[in-house]
Amino acid sequence: MSLDTLPRASRNTHRRDRPPGRRWRSRLDVKAMPYFLVSPYFILFAAFGLFPLAFTLYYSLYDYDLTGTTEWAGLGNYTALLGDDDFWRATVNTVAMFVIATVPQMLLALFLANALNKHMRFRLPIRMSVLLPLVTSVVAVAVVFTQLFARDWGLVNYLLGLVGVENTNWRAERIPSWIAIATMVDWRWTGYNAIIFLAGMQTIPKDLYEAASIDGASRRRQFWQITLPMLRPTMIFVVLNSTIGGLTLFSEPMTFYNGNPDGGSQGQFQTVAMFVYKEAFREFDYGYASAAAWLLFLLILIGAAINFLFVRRIGGTR
Amino acid sequence: MTVWKPTVLTRVLLGLAIFVSAFPLYWMLVIASRTNADAVASPPKFLPGGNLGDNIVRVLTHPEAQFLLGLTNSFIVASVVTVSVILISTLAGFAFANLNFKGRNALLLLVLLTMAVPLQQMGVVPLYRLMVSLEWTNTLKAVILPYLLNGFGVFLMTQYTRQSVPMELVEAARVDGAATLRIWWNVVLPAVRPGMAVLGINTFMLMWNDYMWPLIVLNQENPTVQIAINGLNARFSTEYSLIFAGTALSIIPLVLVFVLFGRQIVGGLMEGAVKA
Repeated sequence: MSLDTLPRASRNTHRRDRPPGRRWRSRLDVKAMPYFLVSPYFILFAAFGLFPLAFTLYYSLYDYDLTGTTEWAGLGNYTALLGDDDFWRATVNTVAMFVIATVPQMLLALFLANALNKHMRFRLPIRMSVLLPLVTSVVAVAVVFTQLFARDWGLVNYLLGLVGVENTNWRAERIPSWIAIATMVDWRWTGYNAIIFLAGMQTIPKDLYEAASIDGASRRRQFWQITLPMLRPTMIFVVLNSTIGGLTLFSEPMTFYNGNPDGGSQGQFQTVAMFVYKEAFREFDYGYASAAAWLLFLLILIGAAINFLFVRRIGGTR
Repeated sequence: MTVWKPTVLTRVLLGLAIFVSAFPLYWMLVIASRTNADAVASPPKFLPGGNLGDNIVRVLTHPEAQFLLGLTNSFIVASVVTVSVILISTLAGFAFANLNFKGRNALLLLVLLTMAVPLQQMGVVPLYRLMVSLEWTNTLKAVILPYLLNGFGVFLMTQYTRQSVPMELVEAARVDGAATLRIWWNVVLPAVRPGMAVLGINTFMLMWNDYMWPLIVLNQENPTVQIAINGLNARFSTEYSLIFAGTALSIIPLVLVFVLFGRQIVGGLMEGAVKA
């Protein structure tokens, strides 16, 4: 330690001897360089973030038709959307699938993380294998699960048939299709969220548990009264992440219907993101699609706010 | 210290979780190595068959899917985006974590806010129209450009740099006469390598799996791998053994990355993920 203070001090005097040009340059370096370092992000954000957002708003105020003619519509697209049964059905589908997928996913991930937190052999390979679904591509997952959930020869129906349940047409009916799609989402993301929860659990000080053990608290009680409340910041992160991902659901339901944005014969599993895609790139109604995109954003903000308040309560004053 | 041994119930739960995680991947291999008649047989056949090689050849030579081109394109797209995101994020993360400048907190807050906006869904229409007017549709540029930035990456690298590069280290280097960019290269980058690994793997996976945006700006003649899988889906008959062979091929690079860097993914996610 004391050894390297000496050369540093001498180098320091060195710096003062520098010609004024270099000193000026190093002052500029300290003052201006930070802005230069963060500027790539903000420049790209302006080009590929701000510009599209602003133009989406602009487009949403116009009527476009197939020939490309435009006409000022004011808030017409928005009022039309609010009266559009298809849009509402897509919204209900999206929210329903989000809830069906997220609630069990969060519970499973929590308990899985708790199990992974134990001392055992092969800890790393076990933790890694839980992440395995994440490396599979969304389209691959959707393809595999579509086959597993096929009506006549799918494995799920076959297994249900063994216990006497009749064949379900997972794709044709509303609630079964939601369950099938929610299963794909959960399969892919539960392990990932469990690992993030596990990370949060490992930052909880051990002595809290020791003190609780001495006071005679059971392990279950420790989980509810120490682990959960201390996990709140992690939970907020995970839940907000899943909210954004869940409400913009697109690939799974698209692939579940052979890459068709209708979301089933009656739109039973069409999501809002698919609705936007369909209006923009099949109907070429850019204004309507843009308005729907803004309403989707609004939906995300509402969902995020509700979840945030909910999570704050969970670990709160128990 | 209390050492928690897993109970029988925990072991069963973990065993089940691993089985559920692995089964669909196993199933992918089973179907990919059978004929289509086997794939739709009832009762289902649970063991792999001998057709894997045949199916793979058929995927690669499929006239409409352009599978090899799809693999190459995906590799280019994912690599370019990964390098760009790592570069932008480590530079900005260093500035936010270790340098003092006016408006730092406001700018960081702005980055955090942009994380909540699903840009690729919100801005599809103007982004698509932009690519059309530049005549860039059906080129890889169109796929790559909107993804060059990533708010999550900046956030992650800010957290990482804050944890692993103490201010004193930066100060010391400055006293030694190193300019800011030099400090970034010689001091910061070596220290945040694990964070870069996680961000890099994450970005690569994200881009490899991207579906909606390539579906919009590319056509079947110049696809990414996910669009190529779409091309295997014949309009009237769904040939599962073929599609499954394609999906199995499509995840090989990711599985490879996972096997090579899995330890880092788990460790890295656990280290830097959340201290919000």
